Order: sequence, then C-alpha cells, then structure tokens
Amino acid sequence: MKEIRLHGRGGQGVVKASHIVVKAAVRKDGYGQFIPFFGVERKGSPVFGFLRLSDAPIRRKTQVYAPDILVIFDDTLVKLPATYAGLKEGGTVIINSTKTAEELDIPAQAGEIAIVDATGISESLFGKNMPNTSMLGALAKVTDMVDKDALFDEIAEAFGESNRTAAQKAYDTVAITGK
Amino acid sequence: MAKRVAMTGNTAAYTGASLCRPDLIAAYPITPQSSVVEGLAQMVYDGKLDSNFVQVESEHSAMSVVQGAAAAGGRVFTATSAQGLALMYEPYFRMSTLRIPMVMAIATREMTSPETIWSGQQDAMSVREAGWIQMYCESNQEILDMMIQGYMIAEDPRVQLPVNICYDGFYSSHLIEGLEIPAQEDVDAFLPPHSGYTYLDPGHPQALDPLTPGELMLQYRKEHLDAMARALTVIDEVDARFASSFGRSYGGLIEEYEMEDADVVIITIGGMSGTGKDAVDAAREQGIKAGLIKLRFVRPFPAQRLAVALAGKKAFAVVDRSVSFGWSRGPMYMETKAAVADADERYASFSAIGGLGGADLSFDHMLGVIRKLDEIKNEPGEREPLWLMQN
Repeated sequence: MKEIRLHGRGGQGVVKASHIVVKAAVRKDGYGQFIPFFGVERKGSPVFGFLRLSDAPIRRKTQVYAPDILVIFDDTLVKLPATYAGLKEGGTVIINSTKTAEELDIPAQAGEIAIVDATGISESLFGKNMPNTSMLGALAKVTDMVDKDALFDEIAEAFGESNRTAAQKAYDTVAITGK
Repeated sequence: MAKRVAMTGNTAAYTGASLCRPDLIAAYPITPQSSVVEGLAQMVYDGKLDSNFVQVESEHSAMSVVQGAAAAGGRVFTATSAQGLALMYEPYFRMSTLRIPMVMAIATREMTSPETIWSGQQDAMSVREAGWIQMYCESNQEILDMMIQGYMIAEDPRVQLPVNICYDGFYSSHLIEGLEIPAQEDVDAFLPPHSGYTYLDPGHPQALDPLTPGELMLQYRKEHLDAMARALTVIDEVDARFASSFGRSYGGLIEEYEMEDADVVIITIGGMSGTGKDAVDAAREQGIKAGLIKLRFVRPFPAQRLAVALAGKKAFAVVDRSVSFGWSRGPMYMETKAAVADADERYASFSAIGGLGGADLSFDHMLGVIRKLDEIKNEPGEREPLWLMQN
C-alpha cells in the first residue's frame, strides 16, 4: 500500500483529482481510497487529502501521517509545517513549481523530487490556474501504482480532452531528480 | 450484472436506497449527509428513479412527510445528520412507536457545542432509545448493501420497525473507494415490493394514533420490545439470505475478526473497524493474541452474541466515537459491560473515547488500545477511560 498526501488550496481541484485516481485504480481492478480533509471551506485556504493505492483491499480509514508520496499543488504551501510533515525516508515529493529543489526547502529524507510547472501548463491551455490534471500527469510519471492510460481516460471523461493534453504535457515535462 | 465502480459513502447510500425502489423520499440537506438526498433528487429529476421527491423546509417536516406516506403503505426514505436529527426527534420517536417500517441513513456527526460539522457518532447514539433499529457501517459496500438489508429487516412482519443505517460523516460519507453495485433485477428478486400495513386508506377511514390510556400503552411498549428481541434473529437471518444472493456476509449483529484464539478484544463501531483490523494484524505480528468485534447493530443490542464472543477472553475495550455524559465513559462500553455482567469471567476492561468532532482515530490509536489491553489482561477489573487524543 502506498500512502499519498495531497496539499493544495481551495478551488485547485484536489478532491476531484483524487477521485479520478481512485476511479482509475478501480477501473484496473486495483484498490484506491481517498479521504478529503475538510477544514473551513474557503477558496484559497489550505486544503489537504489522503489517498491510498494498493493491490489489496484497503481497510484503514484514517489520515496519512507518514506519506510515501507528497503531491503539493501550490509551492507557497511549503512554508506551512504540515506540508512536509512525516514524509517517509526516501519518499517522493511532487510539486507544482518553477523553483529549484533548494529554493523549495525539500526535506533531506526525500528521495525522488518531481517538479512540474502545472500552473504554467494550466494557464497556457485554459487561461487559468487549474493545476489538478497536470499534477496527475506528473503523478503518473513517478509512480507505477496507477495505470497511466486508465488515469488519462478518467481525466478525459471527467474534464474533457484538453485536460488529457495538460496531463500529457506534465508527464512529458516533469523534472525528476534524486533517488 | 453487478458493476464495480468507485463511489463515496453518500453515493453508496443513495444508490442502495434507489435500488430498493422507494415510493417517496422527503429530505432536507445537512452536512455531511447532503449529497445523499441531492443524489436522489437528481435521479428522480433525470427519470432514473421512479419516486416522489418532496423537498421540505426542515427535518421535522421530512420525517413527518415520510411518516404519512409510509402510513399510507409506501416504502419511504430520508437521510440526516446531527442537528437535523435533533430537529426531527419528535416525529422520529413517533415513527418507531407507530411501528412503521422505513430506512433512514445517518451520516453521523458530532453534536454541537462546541460548534462543529465534523464526524462523531454522538447524534445517532443519543437517539438510540427512540425505538429504532440502528446499525453502523464500516465500508461503502456495506453502506450500499445495508440499505437493501435494512428494508428487508424493517418490513419483516416479525419486526415492523424503522431502521437507521449509520456511517461516519466525512470518514465514510466523503471517502471514495471501489464497490460492487448489485444489478436491479437481483435486488428486485431479493427484496419483494413493500406490502406492509396501510393505516391511512381513504377506502377504510380510521383514526391513526388516538389518545391511548396507560394500560394499553404498557401493552404497546411490551410488543415493541418483543419486536426488537425478534429483530435479533431476523437480522442474522437477513445477513445469511443476503450472503446467499449476493455473496457478501457481514456477520449479522456483530462481526468477529481473529477471535478464535484471542486473549484481548478491541470492540469497534463503524468506519474505525477497518483500522482496528489492521491494528489486530500488527499486534499479532508482535505476539499479542488480539481479536476484534465489530459492533454492527446497537439497537437491538446484541448482548447474547457479545457475551458468547467474549467468553473465555481476558480483556476488552470498546472504542466509542461518542460519550455517555452520565457514566463519564463511552456508551457502548457501558452496554457491553452490561452484556457480560453475568459471565463467568472477570474481565480487565476499559472505555476508549476518540474521534470526536472530526478528530482522527488513527492506526496508532487502535494499536495503543490493543497494547494496553495486553498489559492489563491478567489483572481483572475496570481501568480509567482512555482518551485517544493527538496521534
């Protein structure tokens, strides 16, 4: 089982993106689970959610304290202590940013670091910052826990072909270092 | 053909309810239940569900409308949470004491104050003496399946009582996972159309619920309690019938996990049960003979099955996601103690309380409860309540 914690801001589509991942996992007869954490619901306020992927049924229904993978939709969130908290030794950080790993204060225990300009991709394709489907493209690149084709089909079904394009662009341009 | 898809707990609830072909749904939205009745409203609007959807101005009206429709012989559904449940208490109590069967989903939520909209089982637990059957689900599959079982239990001529299908707000209601949707024709074959009593019939006018003297009241209450006692059997029967039709068994009143050789037992309610099972596995890897009982039905209380399951064990704890203000412990802990009061064993035991107001009930919490049980298991007697605070 892989535990993934997603950090974003209200309105960036964290919940919808996570639903797509779970649907893609189930479509391929795998197991996925996502629990959103609802705070005070306001556009722009920090939001997070807990995603699990496994090849066996997932029984626990709890928050994620020691993520294998962090998916960070907004690089201003790295200032919050909760964002990098608990990352596993050798864990993966996927972050929407144009900055370098050093500038992002990525914790020492991180293994793979995947930086993708999801905001740039989204703004060039949709004219606004809707980074969620681009972040999924980056996720598909760094983990084999989710089938890329199934994931991209779910993206296209939910948000249209232009979002498949966004995901593909992120898949192609995500810069992966470390490991 | 059954279909495997990913859906949230609330979607599972309304999908299950829709498969039971309710004649009428009346509802008022409240967090975290809202998407249950929004989903049903959408299905009726889209022509995917042939039912009457009545939008009302409060939960009190929701329960009153479904009560009238059920008294006229209809199969009815509604859903609520927390303050909505509190507001509907007056017709809620009357629903069970009129002996009218129905199913109502409760996406359980903490009761205010302090102000909260998040998870907790205090809402449903607080109305467990209102005469309804009450059960708590662990998974989204169980939520969907129990809607179907719920109508069969409620409408059984030996029971004739309304049923609450409860599941954790947010931790289940908004959790998405895969499940199997049974085919409509298989549900139709399992659950016959509702053919209960019709109290309100223009062809045979009669007064419903006239002022009733105490001697008759005593008789009514005794019959209600007898029906609750019969439900203990019916619930297990329906679980077995469901298993033979759909291939999924939940154990009826309780589910037992790794209990055969267990010394110490953690008793769980609702979504925390899966986390508890993971903790049992981890404890066993550390050499602790742990087992788990999932308390599925709270009303009627499965006292006898609990006593049998706990026979020969050394220690137990009940993890309550609510409190008993009068006992300063968890409510299901106190009821479990009552269930084993006549047992030969003297248990070591404690009440564990956590997960209030949306707080997490973590794997470490569950494993901590099991470890503490293992520490105290050889010295019988009750210990101080364990508050499952910060992870």
